[in-house]
Amino acid sequence: MSETTAKVRKSLARRYRQEKRFQAYGILSIGVGLLALLILFTDIIGKGHSAFFEHYIQLEISLDRDVLGVDDASDDEQLNYANFGGVIKEALRERFPGVDDRQQQRQLYALVSSGASYNLRDELKADPSLLGGTRNLWLLADDDVDLYLKTSEKKRPEARLGDQQKQWIEDLEAAGDTEKRFNASFFSHGDSREPELAGIGSAIVGSFFTMLVTLCLSFPIGVAAAIYLEEFAPRNKFTDFIEVNINNLAAVPSIIFGLLGLAIFINLFGLPRSVPLLGGLVLTLMTLPTIIITSRAAIKTVPPSVREGALALGASKMQVVLHHVLPLALPGMLTGSIIGMAQALGETAPLLLIGMVAFIVDIPGGPTDPATVLPVQIYLWADSPEQSFVAMTSAAIMVLLAFLITMNTLAVVLRKRLERRW
Amino acid sequence: MDTARELDNRNRADDDAAKPLIDVEERSMQDTPYPEKTVGKPFVDAPKMKLRHVNVFYADNQAIHDVSLDIGKNEVISLIGPSGCGKSTFLRSLNRMNDTIDICRVKGELHLDEQDLYDPKLDVVELRARVGMVFQKPNPFPKSIYDNVAYGPRLHGLADKKYDLDEIVENSLRSAGLWNEVKDRLHSSGTGLSGGQQQRLCIARTIAVSPEVVLMDEPCSALDPIATAKIEELIDELSESYTIAIVTHSMQQAARVSHRTAYFHLGRLIEVNDTETVFTKPEHELTEAYITGRFG
Repeated sequence: MSETTAKVRKSLARRYRQEKRFQAYGILSIGVGLLALLILFTDIIGKGHSAFFEHYIQLEISLDRDVLGVDDASDDEQLNYANFGGVIKEALRERFPGVDDRQQQRQLYALVSSGASYNLRDELKADPSLLGGTRNLWLLADDDVDLYLKTSEKKRPEARLGDQQKQWIEDLEAAGDTEKRFNASFFSHGDSREPELAGIGSAIVGSFFTMLVTLCLSFPIGVAAAIYLEEFAPRNKFTDFIEVNINNLAAVPSIIFGLLGLAIFINLFGLPRSVPLLGGLVLTLMTLPTIIITSRAAIKTVPPSVREGALALGASKMQVVLHHVLPLALPGMLTGSIIGMAQALGETAPLLLIGMVAFIVDIPGGPTDPATVLPVQIYLWADSPEQSFVAMTSAAIMVLLAFLITMNTLAVVLRKRLERRW
Repeated sequence: MDTARELDNRNRADDDAAKPLIDVEERSMQDTPYPEKTVGKPFVDAPKMKLRHVNVFYADNQAIHDVSLDIGKNEVISLIGPSGCGKSTFLRSLNRMNDTIDICRVKGELHLDEQDLYDPKLDVVELRARVGMVFQKPNPFPKSIYDNVAYGPRLHGLADKKYDLDEIVENSLRSAGLWNEVKDRLHSSGTGLSGGQQQRLCIARTIAVSPEVVLMDEPCSALDPIATAKIEELIDELSESYTIAIVTHSMQQAARVSHRTAYFHLGRLIEVNDTETVFTKPEHELTEAYITGRFG
């Protein structure tokens, strides 16, 4: 064995050890990342899953004409002013007789959600023949009742309800007069002070309009800017200056864009506050640098040989870009835009400054109606004192995450599908 | 923009690559003086392209020094010379492909028939329809074979009807000797062909616009010998209808395909003669040194 071979052998073991160690560090960091993700998801899903269900209470309700003050159930006007609350209270008093104390009565009435009257109105509207009769009907339970029914036996004594109330609920449960149903209103309702009535409907629609405005503005502007800078612009001090500033913009904290939107769009241009149009404009400013940078990178990957081939056939610069560069760079541009949009979808800070943090009950009908967006809704609920909002917050986060994951998956799939080799 | 930068880099890389090739013997050759003017027969009667006192600069760096040359009608002229000697640069100035490089300037009188190539009034699109180019690396568009060939005719509106276009595509592919290999899969991707087929596709694409001159920049350097032989055969056939200027690194190839051969050395045109003369009785010492393989 020569001297060199001996030396190489000696160093080999050390090199392999180093390599192993290096790999171990890599695996460790990935492990830490996955663990963090796991903890995050377990926590959110653990807290939030219960918000997708809500409880209903069955009561025997007599829809008395006198108590309701309605004599024609097909008359909407009358239904709007009908005293459904009175009917429900009466039903509750009948279900639990002997509650005469005023305070106790109030506690009893609190078992049913204030939104239950709307349930009742809808039922009556759908079937006017119910008027005057007596029916077993399911009414939405109050959020505290809902929470109590959702907690396990062991933790129930700690619940924030009076002993009397707990007893009533236990009675209802034992009699089979409570039911857990899918919480559809969580997706269709706007915000509300009552957790059992609150939903992310208006936030989702608001987010949709905001994203629509952002996409319609930032994609064309970003792609056009990228193409001009990459293909047509002369290379001089001025374009260098622009390039540096685009990169700077990408690193500007998003709240600054909110301030900018406040100063320019609201104060200078007088746009209405709290509307998706404004949110979209601000998020466009925020997303543009990302789209420009990724689009330029995508354009750069188009091989010069393709451009030369087209030029040599007598294509003009414009034709080279439209026929060859753009189709080849499009997957990259789309991927970048989707990632930019995902960022914008999760953005809260700039929207707080332009008034999209408002309490919005109605579902917005267009980009100029006051609206809020998902992350802001999460922020609002996280601030609410009612205990039920904890689960709602987590549930809203789950919905937001689902959207983000869908978008990012779409980006990956698009890239894989449209990627072309040459 | 970036094309320009990359091309520029590539040209510089060529220069760098050339340096190690200049070995001891080359250094002794450097003492050989350049001829006052190009030796041999640079001019022909009734040339297709008439090029006089061509100088090409990359910024302050002069790549081509006072080259004068005629390219005859239906002739195949090969440009040979060591790496970085400016053959490709010279070729690219013949259809103004150098325009894509910001820092590149071309001076001199370049004429295609009576047309001044660098006339500011000349539309470069029209020029490139008359002077086509085939590149070193096959560069089919990532489109179907049919669309690759049809691209040029569509650009220039050469065919009004689908039928006419089909005919142009078929004829071009036939001329490029590719028709029989691809006629059943005209609508599959051009990038799925083999290297040699891709290069023939690029040739078909170039002749689909019926140019008068075809420039070829080392068209076989990325191909295997069999594909190379096919292209060389093709060049021979094409010379019946087209004027062809070909840059090549292979002296055998120059000897096989060309009628005349021009030898470039460090940006200067040293000698132009009938191919046979260049390879059997070169007039200039530098030419002789190169073809005998004393430097490359």
